Amino acid sequence: MDLGPYLLLASLEGAVAAAVLALTAVGLSLVFGVMRVVNVAHGEFFMLGAVLAWWFASLVAGHPAFGFVLALICAPLIAAVIAAAADYFVLKRLNYDPEATIVATIGLLYIIQQTVLMTYGPDARPVEAPFNARIYLPWFGYSTYKFFVIGAAIVLLIGVWIMLTKTRIGLVLRASQLDSEMALAFGIKVDQVYAMVFGLGAGLAAMAAVLVVPIQQAHYLMGGDPLLLSFIVVIIGGLGSIAGTVVAAILIGMSDGIISVFFSPTLAKIIATLLVAFVLIFRPTGLFGKRSI
Amino acid sequence: MPIIKKPSRLVTRRSALKGLAVGTGAVAAAGTLPGFVRYSQAQSSEPIRIGFQVHRTGIGAAYGRWYDRTTQAATKAINDAGGINGRPVEIIAEDDGTDPKRGAEVVEKFASQHNCDLAFGTLFSHVVFGSAPRAGELKIPYFVVSEGHHVASGKLNRYTLQPGITDVKSQVQAMAPFVSDNLGKKVTMIYPDFAFGHDHRDYFSAALEQQGGEVIAKIAIPPTESSFTKYFPKIPRDTEVIYHVMVGPAVLTFVKEMGEFYGPNKPEIFGFIDSLEAVDMASPGLEFLEGSYFWEGNPRYAQKDQSTYDKDYRAAVGVDDNGASVSDPKDVSTYSHMFGCWETLYTIKDGMEAAGYKGPEDRTKLIEAVESITDIPHSAEHPQGAKIFNGKTHQVFGHQYISKVKDGKLELAHTTSIEDTLYDDEVDYTTQPF
Amino acid sequence: MSAAAKSVWLHGGVITLLFALQFVLPAYHHGNLARIMVLAVYAMGYNMLFGYTGLLSLGHALFFAAGMYGLGLTIAFLDFAPSPALLSGIISALIVSAVVGFLALRTTGVAFMIVTLMFAQAGFLTILLFGEYTRGDEGFVIQQPERVLAGIDLTTPGNRYFAALILFSVCLIITARVVQTPFGKVLIAIRENEDRARMLGYDVLRHKLIAVIISGTMSGAAGAAYALLFGYVGASFAAVQYSIFPLLWVLLGGAGTTIGPLVGTIFMFYLIDLSSGLTSAYMLIAGVTLVLLTLFARQGLVGELRKRALPWLP
Repeated sequence: MDLGPYLLLASLEGAVAAAVLALTAVGLSLVFGVMRVVNVAHGEFFMLGAVLAWWFASLVAGHPAFGFVLALICAPLIAAVIAAAADYFVLKRLNYDPEATIVATIGLLYIIQQTVLMTYGPDARPVEAPFNARIYLPWFGYSTYKFFVIGAAIVLLIGVWIMLTKTRIGLVLRASQLDSEMALAFGIKVDQVYAMVFGLGAGLAAMAAVLVVPIQQAHYLMGGDPLLLSFIVVIIGGLGSIAGTVVAAILIGMSDGIISVFFSPTLAKIIATLLVAFVLIFRPTGLFGKRSI
Repeated sequence: MPIIKKPSRLVTRRSALKGLAVGTGAVAAAGTLPGFVRYSQAQSSEPIRIGFQVHRTGIGAAYGRWYDRTTQAATKAINDAGGINGRPVEIIAEDDGTDPKRGAEVVEKFASQHNCDLAFGTLFSHVVFGSAPRAGELKIPYFVVSEGHHVASGKLNRYTLQPGITDVKSQVQAMAPFVSDNLGKKVTMIYPDFAFGHDHRDYFSAALEQQGGEVIAKIAIPPTESSFTKYFPKIPRDTEVIYHVMVGPAVLTFVKEMGEFYGPNKPEIFGFIDSLEAVDMASPGLEFLEGSYFWEGNPRYAQKDQSTYDKDYRAAVGVDDNGASVSDPKDVSTYSHMFGCWETLYTIKDGMEAAGYKGPEDRTKLIEAVESITDIPHSAEHPQGAKIFNGKTHQVFGHQYISKVKDGKLELAHTTSIEDTLYDDEVDYTTQPF
Repeated sequence: MSAAAKSVWLHGGVITLLFALQFVLPAYHHGNLARIMVLAVYAMGYNMLFGYTGLLSLGHALFFAAGMYGLGLTIAFLDFAPSPALLSGIISALIVSAVVGFLALRTTGVAFMIVTLMFAQAGFLTILLFGEYTRGDEGFVIQQPERVLAGIDLTTPGNRYFAALILFSVCLIITARVVQTPFGKVLIAIRENEDRARMLGYDVLRHKLIAVIISGTMSGAAGAAYALLFGYVGASFAAVQYSIFPLLWVLLGGAGTTIGPLVGTIFMFYLIDLSSGLTSAYMLIAGVTLVLLTLFARQGLVGELRKRALPWLP
């Protein structure tokens, strides 16, 4: 294929990857920004979203869109409730000590993953897209659903942004992020805020998964890659900086598509991981962040 | 009944021995009907314990579930017909987590904790590589159903055998004549970027060149990849045939995205069914495969001229005419691989009966007896087809099937000869000491 | 009794016990214990950094794999005999840990964890990238004739056990000795309060770097020994899971205790071995254990013992 259409396709694919990644990574970034917790189980909430999407879709007969809409509403809610419970029963009791919470979330990762294995099983299962028309360009065909994924992610991200900057909830979140003791002194129930943020982070990951599952499939080991990529994005973007996270997601998502045009894909992945390591070593605030970790 | 060439010294030793069970073993080995031996005639009815290393968790789990069902069905069939040497067979299953370290530990557990007579099972080659050294050291026969080229390449040891399934080298090279004669000479290969994929790349490229064809592009995909569209532009425009083989949970995505990419103007497509093993052919997005070809180890859909052996085997394992579970039509089997468990267990039975196997002290006799097997006819015990076992390389060779997708089902289009699958020996395990 | 004398008695006792056990254990547990001792060396290496210096790494699989491949590849491609190959494995781990330490120690805390995780991930992918030599995920076997170390066939159970015991004892003695030296005391001081240690005039960075190197080299020795004793080299040992395992073992046994890594490795090994008979989701038990440990026994088994009953435990 000629380079032009090739790059067009790589950009389209990159945009889909970036959209899903941005949603997932914003969840991780939010949790880190407000709670200073590195949630290693974040990828499992993503996986939980996909598996729940399959479950909801299989409950509803008729047009696949019904099941999809149901999943888009309910799967993130369930993931959020589970995450909030984990915060209440585990993380809170560790006083959000950074190292202890990492270890605890590693434990959480295995608990979620293995519980899904016991109930849902080891299969990869497809979920039908709500619509699936293909458009045919002169060089290749492309699924219209993928455009929907990009659009939906943009809408959701704008929603998160409005919530953080224009609403009272956002104000409370930002207050807790800046100074949790002061927020407490002003009568903000920091406990509840933390549980909510942890739930919100997990919910965003789950929502990203619901969007992507008609393209991929739900599988109990699918959380690993989104976790690693989200880490990369959050660090490059600057920990806790939501805008930086989104920019980095676009950067990483697009470059993943385009780098693989020129390099062996395995080599591309090595370059990406080393890049993260060196960004952290030589610019610990990330490319766009203000605070180091 | 398989024909077994017995080493004569086995017979001499055996005929010198007294005891009813030993006598019946010799008779059975000499070619009497199977099922002749009954528990009541056995000297001991202690079960023969077979350690079954199974992928219950990890990326191999879909295969593991069907390996398990096939193994249970074969064990039931063997026991209903009187067991082995008059003794019932007991399967002790342990999960290897599709992990080589755990695999080795499981083999140890079979040998020294569960007191198994032998170890058996497993598909993924890295688990075989991790486990085989321990099997050799513990001197426990290790029968794998893995289709890897590891056994025949000489990298393992005398205790490791693969008598129930052909290896990737012979599968792949047998495809080259069909592909180049019927589909095209210019082939682009898409395969996972790890050892299994590299085997496909190397053996197919070599075999296709011999047929006068050429692999014009080789596209390796990292094992953790979950979306594939970005790789398809690397397929050169003058490609006549796309050859694809993928494994793992993302296989369906791969095939769907290939369909989206090409739409109706696709080149010929030839795939290994591994790309869709345990996946329903009726899944949304697979319509575009209509008219494409697949290698199958054993035809998933019951064919018009289905043998009675396949019919009985299918019924015993609980697989319907579409290759899915009789209790859940969405639960699709790994039909191209799991027959290996059934056939391996019957080969173990034949080997044990020929060797007059009584207990772990006869393990080397069992291996010698299996090494001396050559022709394995198409039979109820070997429903996939006739085979030739090479005792030197510990590897079996057999027919390969090529099916065409018609009306969303796989219809057998070509059966290769066994000769197409043969290659020069790379090892002679029989020269290695026990 | 002085602390040093108690230490000699304790560690001598553990080594004697392990020596004696080989005569009474049934075959299966005999084999398991040989494996556990090698893995415990890995855990001890991890403990040197995490338990005594207070640096939590999520990338130790890189060091384990450096030892494993340093040995395996030299045997496979340069026809090294086992002893130089073992040395090559240990040196590979030493070099890799020095480089990683030099770079990663510019960060602290969470950033250190993520940097080590990323290096390990890059190492894992590199093994896959060079699949032509490493055979990637499939790995390769080290055959029996290549595993005869100085005339001793390491494939027989007795010799294997003995080799594992020697490696374990050496590393246990090194650990026990290091933590009693002034150098070890500085490490502990860094763990307790890095700023204060710096203010007292210690070169914190140099101490940490040496700790990373000791830790990485010990982990690499375990990796090399694992390949030599069990005859298999494969990429799965470089995967992220194998960076998590030593953390798990050390936490369970007790971080910052000399015998904690051994106790934790034994405990976890049998927990998984026994529970895999009950459920296929046996890693669930590992997960629950981790959460319960962080909630209720942050010190681990030996650490809790030290806290409650035996304050002298090193």
